[in-house]
Amino acid sequence: MSAAPAAPRAESADHTPGSGTDLLLRPPVPRAGWRLLPARVVAMCAVELQKLRHDRTELYTRAVQPALWLLIFGQTFTRIRAIPTGGVPYIDFMAPGIIAQSAMFIAIFYGIQIIWERDAGILNKLLVTPTPRSALITGKAFAAGVKSLIQAIVVIVIAAVLGVALTWNPLKLLGVGAAVVLASVFFSCLSMTIAGIVLSRDRLMGFGQAITMPLFFASNALYPVSVMPGWLQAVSKVNPLSYQVDALRGLLLGTPAHLGTDFAVLVVAAALGIAAASSLLGRLAR
Amino acid sequence: MTRDTRDTPGDAVGTAAGPATPTETPATPPAESSSAVGTAETARVCAEAVPEADGGAVSCTRLVYAFGDNRAVDGLDLAVREGEVFGLLGPNGAGKTTAIRCITTLLPVPAGMVRVFGHDAAGERMAVRRLLGYVPQQLSADSGLTGRENVALFARVFDVSRRERAARVGQALAAVGLTEAADRLAGTYSGGMVRRLELAQALVSAPRLLILDEPTIGLDPIARTGVWEHINAVRAATGMTVLVTTHYMDEAEQYCDRVGLMHRGRIRALGTPDELRRGLAERQGADTLPTLEDVFRHVAGSGLDDNSEGGFRDVRSTRRTARRVG
Repeated sequence: MSAAPAAPRAESADHTPGSGTDLLLRPPVPRAGWRLLPARVVAMCAVELQKLRHDRTELYTRAVQPALWLLIFGQTFTRIRAIPTGGVPYIDFMAPGIIAQSAMFIAIFYGIQIIWERDAGILNKLLVTPTPRSALITGKAFAAGVKSLIQAIVVIVIAAVLGVALTWNPLKLLGVGAAVVLASVFFSCLSMTIAGIVLSRDRLMGFGQAITMPLFFASNALYPVSVMPGWLQAVSKVNPLSYQVDALRGLLLGTPAHLGTDFAVLVVAAALGIAAASSLLGRLAR
Repeated sequence: MTRDTRDTPGDAVGTAAGPATPTETPATPPAESSSAVGTAETARVCAEAVPEADGGAVSCTRLVYAFGDNRAVDGLDLAVREGEVFGLLGPNGAGKTTAIRCITTLLPVPAGMVRVFGHDAAGERMAVRRLLGYVPQQLSADSGLTGRENVALFARVFDVSRRERAARVGQALAAVGLTEAADRLAGTYSGGMVRRLELAQALVSAPRLLILDEPTIGLDPIARTGVWEHINAVRAATGMTVLVTTHYMDEAEQYCDRVGLMHRGRIRALGTPDELRRGLAERQGADTLPTLEDVFRHVAGSGLDDNSEGGFRDVRSTRRTARRVG
């Protein structure tokens, strides 16, 4: 016993997996404080990607709705020309909104996964690892971001196929990725916060359904803020989705945008979301 | 290299402070203090500079945990020695799981004291968690991942370096006999295989204390035996301490070095299964040795008598005191 922790940590490159138990006697060396958070984020994202690799059904089924929005709503309203878009074809105008919407849909139901993991005992097991609650939530939130990002890529490809003139500038696309991930961090934390309050999958489903469409319609995803009535403009101003769409539109289409404000709002919203969800995680552990 | 399982069950009562050498103090506090646990605990660590002074793997002192008016754990005193397999026995609702959840830092410690290898489970959560391998009651492997990925996740969250990860995960899977099935989705596993997978998840971080909450619940007899055989093999190979809850008395009798019979939130009898059975035989003057179940029925009965009206007020005042103090 006394020898195990004190033993020098000889690196074991020559181990064939599955032989012996020597590694199971040696506790791993803890990571230093600041390196813990990125390590947990990577761990959670890796799990999300592994799950997507095993089962891509969700990716396909979730691509149907944005495709229909772009195909039917987009094509029709492009012909009607009812919405002032500042010279861009309407389908181009709405494409960033639909990308943001499909990413949000994934994130806003992420809390269901947390409740499922709680019911299955997975959450408890993760909470007994050297992972502070805030790090666990941050990891989960970025995992939702990765999932949303993959969904966003699918929708961007659909939009490109439908003839939307999108940028292929890699730097701008990186910015798009960042905006999608940050917004998803916020929306998944919103979802996990509600999960921490309602504590049941069914109730969370109800809340999710109740807030997604208002969030979507009270944003600039389908129409510019300028055509909204005053009260809706006010709602739109506090809706992080609006800032995400503004950033996506500016980056993908090159329309005038307020990228500085957009990213600042998204970062602050994500941080607030993480704080709120972390503080309520204890309720799920109980 | 192997940790010697020094204690023969039954002797060296309460004075197991001997083998706790200073070099054994886990190197975790630095990492803990820099994480989200805060500075108050750091001060506390310094104040109690000899964390293993009281010896033992787990010690609970006057632990109380209540859900509303229901005192699930009601003044629990528990000492698990290093290297033993300790069985916490009791019927459903005895408070076993709640006690386990306090020890694993999942629940706060509202009153009393819980220490794991000398670390305060309320104050030094991260240090305690690094020493623990935990298998909860539910079959908790992620069905959407392969066995290997399930174990790798726990290697990652316990900071196993990338260089070591594959080998370590492989050894953990081999230790529970899942090498063949490692790359199948856990959703295709049988109940016994899921349990063994969870054992591998807990082992991958080389814990000093393995906590299993009802590990064989809902398993068929063959799977139950299989799970226990792997627990025993792992314990023999690593010398780790095992704290297990169960309500199967036969399992406790067969596999545990010592057992604590828990009823209404408190330990009502403590000893090796043999000691407890002999003790009851002497008291009853019986010729045949009673089973552990008889012992349990006996102490649960007397426990009921002890715990009449006075108990409530007693605990309430304890809790008030605890609130004032802590």
